[in-house]
Amino acid sequence: MSARALINVPKQAKRGDVIEIKTLISHQMETGFRHGTNGRMIPRDIITTFTCRYEGEEIFSTTFFPAIAANPFVTFYAVADTTGTFTFTWEGDNGFSVIEEAKIVVA
Amino acid sequence: MSRTHIRKLRITRRDALLLGGIAAAGAASPAPSHAVPGQMEAAIRKVIGDAKVQKGKVTLDLPPLVENGNSVPMTVTVASPMSAQDRVKAIHVFNEKNPQANVISVEFGPRAGKAEVATRIRLADTQKITAIAVMADGTCWSDTQDVVVTLAACLEDLQP
Repeated sequence: MSARALINVPKQAKRGDVIEIKTLISHQMETGFRHGTNGRMIPRDIITTFTCRYEGEEIFSTTFFPAIAANPFVTFYAVADTTGTFTFTWEGDNGFSVIEEAKIVVA
Repeated sequence: MSRTHIRKLRITRRDALLLGGIAAAGAASPAPSHAVPGQMEAAIRKVIGDAKVQKGKVTLDLPPLVENGNSVPMTVTVASPMSAQDRVKAIHVFNEKNPQANVISVEFGPRAGKAEVATRIRLADTQKITAIAVMADGTCWSDTQDVVVTLAACLEDLQP
């Protein structure tokens, strides 16, 4: 299953700066509480976890529930201390899995 | 067909009421697509155990009036220096009247710069939202906001 992810990480930062990271991924986040046209419950299909790692170390992770809006958008912060890579992982129902990366240069 | 046989087949008003009751109970139990009173408190206890929750430190930012419950911007900020000892470990957000009381759980690693997170949530009804922050020393702090929702999310069915 493909999904489009948008990630906003500053390209450069000064050592010790607190940087803002914004992520958005396309996903319908079907709650599992709605009925379809045949009267049956539509099964749940959501992203359950999102994790951000900075040079392999986990800095931020969330557990999503059906109360998260479609196309989950998350803003969070990190301390820029080394030049390196942020790895973003989304995992969810029905084997949903997306991994994205973003690089940052710390002066 | 004999007269007694016909009598057996006839459904009395009492039978009908009984059957209706069974049908209603059967329909209600497997479909928990509505909130149960006290579910928020139960969900909070399930996540943080029996820790004492104090008011303060947490700022839950939500619009007081929401036109569309399908996407409500929410920001949770916790007053914390985020140093190695004194930092926020996790933030949990709960709602009162959605079918499921959990909204989001966030965990901060040691290199998270600020104890702040923003996302968009769904609200099924006019209700209270509670954010609870768990600190590194184990204390819990909370903030609660009332939100008025004019168009609810989650519960609308697809149009045929």
